[in-house]
Amino acid sequence: MKELNELLNYAKVEGVLEDKEIASLFIDNNKVLSSSGVEGLVLKLKEQKDGVDINVRVLPGVVIKKPVHFCFGILHKSKVQKINMNITLEKGAVMNVFSHCIFPKNDPSKHLMQGKITIKEGATFRYFEKHIHSAQGTSKVYPHAVVKIGKGARFVTDFELIGGRVGLIDIDYDMRCDADSSCDFISKISGKGNDIINIRESAVLAGDNAKAVLRSRIAARDETKAEVYNKITAKAAGAFGHVDCTEILQGNGKVKAYPEVEVLHPLARVTHEANLGGVDNRQLETLMARGLSKTQAEDLIIKGVLS
Amino acid sequence: MTILSIKKITLEKGSKKLINDVSLEIEAGATYALVGPNGSGKSTLAYILMGLEGYREITGDIVFDGKSIKKFSVSQRAKLGLTLAWQEPARFQGLKVEDFLAAAVGKDGVSPTEALEKVGLAPSKYLSRAVDKDLSGGERKRIELAAVICMKPRLVILDEPDSGVDVEALKKVFAVMEYLESTGTTIVVITHNMQVLKKADRAFLICDGKLIDESKGGDVAEYFKNRCLACPRKNKLLKEEAKKI
Repeated sequence: MKELNELLNYAKVEGVLEDKEIASLFIDNNKVLSSSGVEGLVLKLKEQKDGVDINVRVLPGVVIKKPVHFCFGILHKSKVQKINMNITLEKGAVMNVFSHCIFPKNDPSKHLMQGKITIKEGATFRYFEKHIHSAQGTSKVYPHAVVKIGKGARFVTDFELIGGRVGLIDIDYDMRCDADSSCDFISKISGKGNDIINIRESAVLAGDNAKAVLRSRIAARDETKAEVYNKITAKAAGAFGHVDCTEILQGNGKVKAYPEVEVLHPLARVTHEANLGGVDNRQLETLMARGLSKTQAEDLIIKGVLS
Repeated sequence: MTILSIKKITLEKGSKKLINDVSLEIEAGATYALVGPNGSGKSTLAYILMGLEGYREITGDIVFDGKSIKKFSVSQRAKLGLTLAWQEPARFQGLKVEDFLAAAVGKDGVSPTEALEKVGLAPSKYLSRAVDKDLSGGERKRIELAAVICMKPRLVILDEPDSGVDVEALKKVFAVMEYLESTGTTIVVITHNMQVLKKADRAFLICDGKLIDESKGGDVAEYFKNRCLACPRKNKLLKEEAKKI
């Protein structure tokens, strides 16, 4: 219970365990601390030597009313955590998930997430991933996933570091969108010290009128190195994709963006925009003219970019 | 009481004097207009007063409230109560209006909600929006004015608050100027608009970086109608505005 309470405190979620209408899952290292389901959601778990295998299935037509809470923690020294997560939303199902990934200890830790997400026809899956890492940048996290978005289905995901230092983040998502489906992916990460941020997102718009938007908002302070590789391939009529990357550099780090767009159908369209560089001087001076120090102004500008 | 003294300021870029030996005095609590043809140096003078990057290498001195601020940073000048509202306000990706305004709130300042009401923007609609490209230029201009209200400065330089705004928005600009006056804020407004000019107690004419003249009487607009129409640069905007008087 000590670990469970610790995770609850870090995640700042209240009433999740008590509410019978909320499905939840709390894992520390390779131990399942708590799990609860709701009607229409099938949850199967298997503890492994260095992680947990998770199977989540939402039955056809089921709308999970309240957001599901996942919490993956590494609360002990020098641990590697492998999470194999298989999520399936059957036809017409709807599920929102708040996922907290908590690696707060100042000891080396490695979190590997290998996800396989299948969102079937007409289903909607929203995944909000919030990370809390150690203050000294000792965490290494690898959220990787393959996502299949079925006809008319919807996938929304929002990745955000809300506490601690990045350490190393390596996001790798491959998404395939069938006809009339949509995918909206945004990652918001601020690095400092010698953090490393690698993002690779790829969406294939395979069906007519499929849509995908890939957005990255990165702040790289100090010696942080950030590389963002976004790729959208549009293969079908009416498909539309947009890549949007903003990276702010402060200090002696390095930011790179590789937007790659590919159109294989004359009735498809993909656009991209990238905005890399230091904090805009005009913005800085506007805020400084209100009395903010340069540092306060920079922090506020970055807060906006990452919001 | 003099709140701002500009003493023989010159700013050179290459071989060109953008501001050439300008001296003037601003009395606390009054409203001043700064007029002149496009490119004459009005905004340049404003940027020098605010200490913006690229406008700090000047000769002469700037004295605000008895202190030389020539070597002060933008923040230090703002902390003394000097601020600037830009002609074309900056866009801030993702930054919410509420946070933008809250950052400006100074000692005895006005809340973001109240400030938005004063510029005629509904707080319920605007506080949660971002100060970015989704707002029109006119909306950003009003939010810029709201930030000035939040700050409650001792002296504000308004750089063409009337440009690019419609008639209704212009009424709000006037209302904001009246409000700032009522709180004792000294206003220096850069303008081509005769209506705005008429609001000023006194006015300065700048041309080719030089202070050409300063009004002596109350009818500032009439003064500049005569002066500027006689100017060989024949500033079109002023000429057209003057015809409306």
